[in-house]
Amino acid sequence: MREVRDVAESRTETKLLDRVREALRDVKDPEIPTLSLEELGMVRKIDVEGNHVSVRLLPTFVGCPAVELIRGMVAKRILEIEDVQDVEVTFVMDVAWTSDMITHGGRRKLSEFGIAPPPRQFSPKSAPSCPYCGAEDTNVVSLFGPTACRAVYYCKSCQQPFEGMKFV
Amino acid sequence: MSMVETTRPLTQAYKDALVHLLLVLADDDLAFGHRSSQWLGLAPDLEEDIAFSSIAQDEIGHAAFFYRLVSDLAGEDADALAFARPTQVRKNARLLEQQNGDWAYTIARAYVYNIFEQVRLEALLASNYLPLQQGATKILREERYHRLHMETWFLRLAEAGGEARFRLETAVEHVWADLSDLFTLGNHQHDLIHEGILPTTEQALYEAWLTEVKPMFDRSSLYWPGNRGELTSEDLSGATTAKVDGSTSEEERNGRLGQHSEHLDELLQTMTEVYRSEAGATW
Repeated sequence: MREVRDVAESRTETKLLDRVREALRDVKDPEIPTLSLEELGMVRKIDVEGNHVSVRLLPTFVGCPAVELIRGMVAKRILEIEDVQDVEVTFVMDVAWTSDMITHGGRRKLSEFGIAPPPRQFSPKSAPSCPYCGAEDTNVVSLFGPTACRAVYYCKSCQQPFEGMKFV
Repeated sequence: MSMVETTRPLTQAYKDALVHLLLVLADDDLAFGHRSSQWLGLAPDLEEDIAFSSIAQDEIGHAAFFYRLVSDLAGEDADALAFARPTQVRKNARLLEQQNGDWAYTIARAYVYNIFEQVRLEALLASNYLPLQQGATKILREERYHRLHMETWFLRLAEAGGEARFRLETAVEHVWADLSDLFTLGNHQHDLIHEGILPTTEQALYEAWLTEVKPMFDRSSLYWPGNRGELTSEDLSGATTAKVDGSTSEEERNGRLGQHSEHLDELLQTMTEVYRSEAGATW
């Protein structure tokens, strides 16, 4: 009997886990509204125990001022799920977030949003291709941009400045 | 932000040394971050306005991370640690509290400090305090942009000749005058090594720093301010044991022991003005 109940319980938890995972896809980067936290590679671990949910996230930059905002957004969205009683959202650094953790889809969405996806290595002197026109004739304007994770580049072909995610 | 804790209970000696080190790390980054933020609107060009603001945000973020670790250990509020502690308990190196001066001084100081930060963070990769070791891993990935930026400027000013080089030479002299306590660890060096929190000596930190900085001087044939910068082990231990009673001369003072210049009073006055206007308020 006991075993049967355990199996049933774990099945319910798995279902809830799926719903939490799905709900998390609705939570986007506050500054890039097309990109989810999952696509950014920020979701480290989701745990469901009964109807308690715990979400562990990786900060992209240690000093990112959006951390508290993101924590609140995640908690709010998870609590909207029926059957969730409480949620704990923590930021962890047991692995360091790197720009390589952005998913393939995430890189595409960044580009569509007008932000060049990050290079695959620390290459501060070279600029990525232009997210607007695709030209490769670009240069580095500044390694420091409007947020900690972005640099500023210039496209000589379409004569537009553009931003790119930094390799970190 | 709560972090993974170490599994074993911490002894009092471990905790004391750890809290001391965390405050050194936090106070250094906060002072440096605040000074960097003061270039906003005043830097030579728009790119530098943005660069220094971004660097300030990173550094203050790193300080906030270290204060939170103290808060997790000692239960003190991280904001209060940052804003409510008086000058005489602050542990930042004296170099970092000095006013910004001109652009050359800003660059020389930032370059010297960024290299030291890197050396210290690399040493912390071997720390047995997991949250600190993890933080160091992450912060190192961010800091290389700061270092690259300062290195580029340092060389640019040195190689420009004329007034730029002259100002850099003067700046180096001023930086060196306040350099000694940067490498010191206050009264906890023994415990930090013994407990495995920062398993390296002050001398080893200094030498690792020297290995990075000296070649840059040689490359641009800048005068190496030798004797002032080249600290002997006696200098280091002398600085560590300097008296706290204020009888020390300006150059012997050690920020790690709370001995600061009037510049830190001025920095704190400005930085904490809003906090003091309504202590405990949520902004």
